Amino acid sequence: MNIMTEAAVEKALDQKMNTVSHKMVGKDVSVYYGEKRALFDVNLNVRENTVTALIGPSGCGKSTFLRTLNRMNDTIESCRVTGRITLDEDDIYDPSIDVVELRARVGMVFQKPNPFPKSIYENVAYGPKIHGLARTKAEFDQIVETSLQKAGLWNEAKDRLHEPGTGLSGGQQQRLCIARAVAVSPEVILMDEPCSALDPIATAKVEELIHELRANYTIVIVTHSMQQAARVSQRTAMFHLGNLVEENDTDKMFTNPDDQRTQDYIMGRFG
Amino acid sequence: MNTSLILLLVLVIGLATYLAGRARALATSKGKLSALHSLPGYHGTYAAICATIPALLVLALWLVAAPVYIDNDIRSSLPETVLAEGEATTELALGQVKSIAGGLKLLNAAELSTLSDDPANLREVLAAKGVPLAGEGEAYMVGSAQRFNTLTTASRYLMAAAVFLVAVAGAVLALRGIKTPFRARNQVERVMLGALMLASSIAILTTIGIVGSMLSETIRFFQSVSPVEFFFGTVWDPRFSAAGSSDTSGQFGLLPLLAGTLYIALVAMLFAVPIGLFAAIYMAEYARPAVRSAVKPLLEILAGIPTIVYGFFALVTVGPFLRDISAELNGLVTGNYVSFIQAQSVLTAGIVMGIMLIPFVSSLSDDIITQVPASLRDGSLGLGATRSETIKRVVLPAALPGIVGALLLTASRAVGETMIVVLAAGVAARMQLNPFEAMTTVTVKIVNQLTGDLEFNSPQTLVAFALGITLFFITLCLNIYALYIVRKYREQYE
Repeated sequence: MNIMTEAAVEKALDQKMNTVSHKMVGKDVSVYYGEKRALFDVNLNVRENTVTALIGPSGCGKSTFLRTLNRMNDTIESCRVTGRITLDEDDIYDPSIDVVELRARVGMVFQKPNPFPKSIYENVAYGPKIHGLARTKAEFDQIVETSLQKAGLWNEAKDRLHEPGTGLSGGQQQRLCIARAVAVSPEVILMDEPCSALDPIATAKVEELIHELRANYTIVIVTHSMQQAARVSQRTAMFHLGNLVEENDTDKMFTNPDDQRTQDYIMGRFG
Repeated sequence: MNTSLILLLVLVIGLATYLAGRARALATSKGKLSALHSLPGYHGTYAAICATIPALLVLALWLVAAPVYIDNDIRSSLPETVLAEGEATTELALGQVKSIAGGLKLLNAAELSTLSDDPANLREVLAAKGVPLAGEGEAYMVGSAQRFNTLTTASRYLMAAAVFLVAVAGAVLALRGIKTPFRARNQVERVMLGALMLASSIAILTTIGIVGSMLSETIRFFQSVSPVEFFFGTVWDPRFSAAGSSDTSGQFGLLPLLAGTLYIALVAMLFAVPIGLFAAIYMAEYARPAVRSAVKPLLEILAGIPTIVYGFFALVTVGPFLRDISAELNGLVTGNYVSFIQAQSVLTAGIVMGIMLIPFVSSLSDDIITQVPASLRDGSLGLGATRSETIKRVVLPAALPGIVGALLLTASRAVGETMIVVLAAGVAARMQLNPFEAMTTVTVKIVNQLTGDLEFNSPQTLVAFALGITLFFITLCLNIYALYIVRKYREQYE
């Protein structure tokens, strides 16, 4: 394992990406907020063990699409979703699907770090407690430690596990939120502009983390930063006015996009 | 010339000064408004303030000072014999002189001269004019009364003259001071600031005054009953001693009343907190906006019902209902149809007070729960928690300090509540734990001790002030602590 160089891991993952089937499939997804239509028949597939970046100008529907993937839109009263979204072939909007279980499989990290007003330990143990993933103190300790390690926060937080999570710096808080999401062992992690409230150094750390998480999780990330999309993702989807403009390999997207609108947006001509 | 007329005239002068000031400012600007530092309206307002405020201050001072001066003058004109008899007699004579003075104004000159010659039938003459006298007037009183009338009239005219002089002087000075660079706008601002500060200090000073007056009566009470006996006594028996008998002053133990107060407040809180809190959670977390906008005001209407109405409800509905149902229950179990809940009981008062408190709990908690950031809810829901798990484990813990503060505020209302307990709790001052029996509260006893024909010189009545100030301090401490907690909580999310 250790002998494998980083480049080799990268290569292996890329191969996996090309061969492995789609983790989530969205077909003709439309979203309405009351009378207003926010998404128009979006067809977008999310590949397993891949970072998919959603880009586009504000109000283009990228966050809306992200939130349909774990049904967070359900919390908005007037929101209605049509079309079909599957997770491992199962329709997540099927009445037989338990939305609570779905959100355990498809975790989410938000724009602003939102640690609960509890200790760091309690923050991470929150999800496992609800879902009964551990029983003994030792098991919980184990989950907390691995999750914090995966989120790259263990070294900074191990001596202050029982201090409030709100006492951490912004970047640490965001990594705590990622650890919290990782702790319930999700298959997919959705990130809604996870670095928009962070400074460049904290952003770099989170981006590095996203890169590492890709080995075990499927990640969908909404971002306003072209550079970030280019740095962290393998696939990129461009939204405009509620439509999916283009979805492609990130490399191709940023060098030779198929659609003129993508070209314009990336070049900074609108948005 | 009476006071309201003077007031009206001062205001007219003020209005005139305003118009004059504005016109003068406009004239000074020579058609170029921007040359003025302040708009003409400000110059007018400032001139009007200069004209009215000092004049009104003179008026107020005169109205306060003149009667004191005249009273002193008349008092010193009373015969030595009267003054020698002490303060009470002097005050009585002074009062009589004043009523005679009022009567004298109604007499014509002929009647007045006969009266001055022969003051013997003073009472009949005045009674014929519709002015009753408390006693037979003494001869010297007519003279004093006439002097009183002369002084009062003179004071009126002098006051009117002084007020007008000040008003006109103020107006002239202000109008002459109007120049283009004059900063009337800033001056008006300062006057506004002063007025606002005055308003807020009046509210605070009144509170201090209330506490001060209660404190002085309380100190008088503690001169006849020792504080130890009051604060640690377990028997409340303030016998109203019959006139003449001095041995029975009664016992003034606070503890039975305090126990009743706290017990009833506790029952009320036990009733109000769960219901109010659940209502708040439903309203803040589950209810659709349409439902919320309809139900919340409805619930808050409950807070607007006068508490005496709750008292009636307790007296005619809840009390008898509890009594009858307890009789039925007892009968079903033991065959003996005797009620074990009294109509007036801790339970009755507690339940009805609880109903009264529900809107306070729910409204305050609702505000606090809604203040918990939505991002925390999203975070928890995004981890696959259900709504109730999110509320139980994230929202309520985050809102807890605020909710505790709200509950403390509610508790201080429960402790100070009067009308419900007067009607529903009973008057028996007992220390016991059975919620089905009557107990009484501090507020009920204050009402009892102060009802009827009384003088504020016996411990029986003065104890009400001691009770009042005790209650005041309990609720004050609760409120301060509650506000401290609420404020500490607010800082967390701002």
